[in-house]
Amino acid sequence: MRLLSPAQAQKVAVATMWTLAAITIGILVFIIGYILVLGLPYVTWSFLTEAPRQMGRSGGILPMIVATVAVAGLAVLIAGPVGVATAVYLTEYTREGRLTSFIRFGADCLAGIPSIIFGLFGFVFFTITLGMGLSVISGALTLALMVLPTIIRTAEVAIRAVPYSYREVSYGLGTTRWQMITKVVLPSALPGICTGVVLSVGRSISETAAVMLTAGSAPRMPESMFDSSRTLALHFYILSREGISMTNAYATASVLIISILSLNVIAYWIMNRFMRRVR
Amino acid sequence: MSLKGLRSVSLFTAAFAIGVFCAGCGGKHARAVNLVGSTSVQPFAEFLAEEYLTAHPTENVEVQGGGSTAGLQAVINGLADIGMCSRSLTEEESPKFTATVIARDGLAIVVNQSNSVTTLTTEQLRGLFSGAIRNWKEVGGHDGPVRPITREEGSGTRESFVHLVMAKERISKSALTQESNGAVKELVKGDSAAIGYMSLGLVGKELKAIRVDDVEASRENVLNHSYKLARPFLFVAQGPLRPDAQRFMDFVLSKEGQQALESEGLVRAQ
Amino acid sequence: MKQDKAIAFALMLIALSAVSGLALITVFIFKEGLPLILKSGAGGFFFSTDWDPKAKQFGIFSMIVGSLVVTAGAMIIGTVFGLGLAIVLTIFCPKALAAILKPLIELLAGIPSVVYGFIGVVTIVPFIRDYFGGPGLSVLATSIVLGVMVLPTVTSISIDALKSVPRSYWEGSIALGATEWQSTHMVMLKAARSGIVAAIILGMGRAVGETMAVIMVCGNTLEIPSTPLDPLRTLTSNIALEMGYATGEHREALFATAVTLFVIIMILNIAALTIARRGIMSNNR
Repeated sequence: MRLLSPAQAQKVAVATMWTLAAITIGILVFIIGYILVLGLPYVTWSFLTEAPRQMGRSGGILPMIVATVAVAGLAVLIAGPVGVATAVYLTEYTREGRLTSFIRFGADCLAGIPSIIFGLFGFVFFTITLGMGLSVISGALTLALMVLPTIIRTAEVAIRAVPYSYREVSYGLGTTRWQMITKVVLPSALPGICTGVVLSVGRSISETAAVMLTAGSAPRMPESMFDSSRTLALHFYILSREGISMTNAYATASVLIISILSLNVIAYWIMNRFMRRVR
Repeated sequence: MSLKGLRSVSLFTAAFAIGVFCAGCGGKHARAVNLVGSTSVQPFAEFLAEEYLTAHPTENVEVQGGGSTAGLQAVINGLADIGMCSRSLTEEESPKFTATVIARDGLAIVVNQSNSVTTLTTEQLRGLFSGAIRNWKEVGGHDGPVRPITREEGSGTRESFVHLVMAKERISKSALTQESNGAVKELVKGDSAAIGYMSLGLVGKELKAIRVDDVEASRENVLNHSYKLARPFLFVAQGPLRPDAQRFMDFVLSKEGQQALESEGLVRAQ
Repeated sequence: MKQDKAIAFALMLIALSAVSGLALITVFIFKEGLPLILKSGAGGFFFSTDWDPKAKQFGIFSMIVGSLVVTAGAMIIGTVFGLGLAIVLTIFCPKALAAILKPLIELLAGIPSVVYGFIGVVTIVPFIRDYFGGPGLSVLATSIVLGVMVLPTVTSISIDALKSVPRSYWEGSIALGATEWQSTHMVMLKAARSGIVAAIILGMGRAVGETMAVIMVCGNTLEIPSTPLDPLRTLTSNIALEMGYATGEHREALFATAVTLFVIIMILNIAALTIARRGIMSNNR
């Protein structure tokens, strides 16, 4: 009955698994390579520091860089403190129970909601109901909600990884719980928290659907939080879909990919150092 | 649901709203002239705004997409000073607004370069897009399926096309739907079975524009009204414009503005 | 002590913000979308294939089918490759190599979806059109793009699941004379089963909810696809395609589409969470 002996099956299976893995890595290299090869030659200093001209056919992407930094930065600035506070509450202030599982359930569900729904929500809630309009702040608040679960989870893991002895020593010195958390636990967990924050910045940068519906698409330099703006990811989408300028589209995508690559490297580097120190 | 949770969120948002309000007060008087509407007009309006702002750096003009209908809505809501519309106003709409034609745009019917069909009647077009004509052979072309490509529901380009060509017929359910002129172009460029419609100014050399009812799709023919598939680009407002919005409008209708539009492939208003 | 209590209370309020956010989203999406569903009725909304906003017809059946079909396709691709990769990284691969490959896979998750969609349009779509026929924009193209996009999710959660299997299981199996592959699929995959199922379900959630990449490669037709080479429209692409323009009932119908999507996602989320939690408990026993 058996087609293959266990030893043969082992060989076939291992070969198959490795092929699958190789194809996956190949795809990754292809995507990044494709964009960078076609786009990187056009990423010049003036491309990064000039405003677009003729709808993006020529000129640069400075307003989009500013918009992206503003939207993603604000999002993390809002979600960061809320997420860390949530993690502190979950780890230091309660015992596991109904409330904690309720909070975790909420965060887990939030993490699974697709960005288009965040976008629709942000659109009716922030832009219309609260009257913020299509603006940097609407986009940032929407994204903040979106990255909140990531920040909560990474912060929780980081806080839990702080050895219990640190806390005991701190208590032994007569500090209050709040002092212990702010002076001992959070500083020790900071690298782990940073990893979550950096990954969230990455996610905010690459988001398109939610930003399109909340921050708008005006290709101008946002002068305040209430100005509409166009982020890099959306700029790439518009340039490539409208066929305005393929070289500028590739160049924009290259800037995006490189930012995300560097953010990932930074996150990974922080995490590695952190893990080494904890062990 | 926890009331407490909701309360905490409302606290947060309240705090934010206050912050937001204070930050907003400073800039209120300097609000930009807001244009919202058709994604077909948007690139041209952006271009005009760019030209205008280079000449008048103290002015402030902001252009948003959203679609013709959304643009009208934004004018009603006061979110926009000027709505951009890439179709004629309906009978229901026209009494509510003052519309200014800023330019006219031909609607080109485009096919792949390899397609041997060069001319079609409006009736044939209707058949091709409604799904009644399924093979290019039926209109004198090669033996092969027809793949109509349409624009998304609500787009001014689509509405003009439906208005000018489809009459009461519906566009086939199996028609591919793309959300931009560029995407339509990309598809038609690569697919010998495809037929689509788009702004005349954006056709370029990679696609073939079909003669409709034996009239070539050209700017001259749009200008002299012999090519029937043309639509107005409108700037729409309610009541008198703010002075700064009026200044921008004047620029658009000026010789410079009209020339700028022509250089981008549109046909001047008069 | 009083101060500590106050801090605890304040932190609790903040900690509820994620739940509150979820509640707010639910309330607003349903508030905007539910009236239309009630008005059209289940038959006229969920089970009708007639979507024509101008004629006030809002049937989303073909989009529900479209979403489910491409999700299934994506999961076949994502699971085969994702699980294969997870097995290689946890079991067969030298530690040093795994340490390089794992972050690379996570990087795949960080690439913007518009980039995936774009690469799909310029490579996969013309390939399918030229070699298999049809318009290229198709169930197949969408499934491939989505499959690649969910792969990192499936891989990284499967890796966690495989790693949580006690080392002794593996050692015991090898000691009994099983080959590595036998130990992998008979012992490791079985023990990590619930975690892997959770990974697949979470991947499904991502695939159902993906928007920008899908809108570029699916073709957005209004018919139910009958072959893998046919184009289709998903729930998400319907929303993103028409949202910019929609007013009145049309807008409500798009929110109603979002309600449908939301319900599907919540079912998937809850299923994944329950299964994952059960898995953790059974492994800890």
